[in-house]
Amino acid sequence: MMQWASWAAFFNMGGYAFYVWFSFGLTAFCLIWEVLALRKRSAQALRLSRLLAQG
Amino acid sequence: MNDAWVTVLRRDLLLALRRRSDVATTLFFFLIVSSLFPLGIGPEPAVLSSIAPGVLWVAALLAGMLSLTRLFATDFADGTLEQMLLAPQPLALLVTAKILAHWIVCGLPVVLLAPIIGLQYALPNDALVVLVLALLLGTPALSLIGAIGAALTLGVRGSGLLIALLVLPLYIPVLIFGAGAVAASQHGMGAQAHLSLLAAFSLLSLVLAPMATAAALRISVE
Amino acid sequence: MNINWFKYSSPQTFYPLAGKMIPWFAWLTAAFAVAGLYIGFAIAPTDFQQGEAYRIIFVHVPAAWMSMVIYIVMAGWAALGLAWNARLSAMMAQALAPTGAIFTFIALVTGSLWGKPMWGTWWVWDARLTSELILLFLYLGFIALQSSIDDVRRADRAGALLALVGVVNVPIIYFSVKWWNTLHQGSTISMGAAPKMVTTMLIGMLLMALAFWMYTIAVALMRVRCIMLERERTAEWVKQLSNFQE
Repeated sequence: MMQWASWAAFFNMGGYAFYVWFSFGLTAFCLIWEVLALRKRSAQALRLSRLLAQG
Repeated sequence: MNDAWVTVLRRDLLLALRRRSDVATTLFFFLIVSSLFPLGIGPEPAVLSSIAPGVLWVAALLAGMLSLTRLFATDFADGTLEQMLLAPQPLALLVTAKILAHWIVCGLPVVLLAPIIGLQYALPNDALVVLVLALLLGTPALSLIGAIGAALTLGVRGSGLLIALLVLPLYIPVLIFGAGAVAASQHGMGAQAHLSLLAAFSLLSLVLAPMATAAALRISVE
Repeated sequence: MNINWFKYSSPQTFYPLAGKMIPWFAWLTAAFAVAGLYIGFAIAPTDFQQGEAYRIIFVHVPAAWMSMVIYIVMAGWAALGLAWNARLSAMMAQALAPTGAIFTFIALVTGSLWGKPMWGTWWVWDARLTSELILLFLYLGFIALQSSIDDVRRADRAGALLALVGVVNVPIIYFSVKWWNTLHQGSTISMGAAPKMVTTMLIGMLLMALAFWMYTIAVALMRVRCIMLERERTAEWVKQLSNFQE
């Protein structure tokens, strides 16, 4: 972190904190959400298969 | 080969003639949508003439799209479509007959009504001429591309809205050049470039769309 | 080495293979992301004109690139699926679409968030953003068509045809939108007015793009496994799998 005077300056992003962090945050949120949704989908598919096998 | 093509064309036109509602609803929709914008925006001629190209083209797009669901659905229901698929003539060729019928019934009336609506939007006379030319050159592409959407969504529930979602993005080039042609003539610039591009696009669609439509029909029916 | 590719074209054999590949791509994603973010925040200098807000390009541009690349790859899988009547190819196309749509969405929103501090408006109808918006419609159309057709084989092939029609139209649409944009040159605002590219900025964007690419592969593999489980749920191998879970 060579160019930031302090952590506070880093978070502040020259006054553009909202825009920068919202962008990165939204990106991370979307990608993580996608992975979690797929995990859930996989579990549901397996559960359904088990139910069908038993029933 | 020609016999079958002419037969398909004549049959579709005859059926449309009997169910006159198709022509009427398309025209009325075009008329109503065009009337909504002045009501929403205000009657100033200057404003209306500046939005006229875009508004009239969007209204034409939407009006043409309404009738697409019926393009293949009735033939599918009564078994005619299967006959066409089994016929010795290339399906793509027979499809062009159906698309031509659709254009005559739903596209051509819009082209003919458009100058009258254009007058309501205070379009000058040469812009009106360009409008008719542009629609004449562009609406065939709309029917051709729309047929692909109709074939893909054959028999699917909610196909009306689905066709819109599939086909409207593909209509965008026609919209841009069609409206652009009218706007260019309004600003005193020549519309030749736009019109040539429209013609090129329609020709390209004429070559490619029937094959894609035929492929889509086989996918949907088999 | 003679790899029998066709062995892996059945869901039963591809499922475990895909499962083994996912962690590799996940680690690659993390590695590239860490490197890219480090360069983006710690190394790349402040832009002379745009201040710190320009750093958004480290997600905006890679996301836009991915949105376009994924569509082309998706169309490629679709073409393969149609040509060889291969189920797995069609499933790969279906698996890529949502990720492509998400990157398109990210590109649009981050583009808007970049535009607001720079040029004062939340949205600009420039050629690139407008084309991204249309691309989003193309993705949504593909997904909507597939989910509204009940017969799986028909859905696969209809979607594939739509993807091919779309990919042919994308250059035409882009060209038309560019034309339209230059005609109505009311504003000189353009997303293309990026900051003057210093090498570190380019490297940062490339690393983030690679991160997104690795991520896309990992997620597409995850999704295609889900699709396989759903389609083959009555098959023996799936039943055995489900007995091992929980």
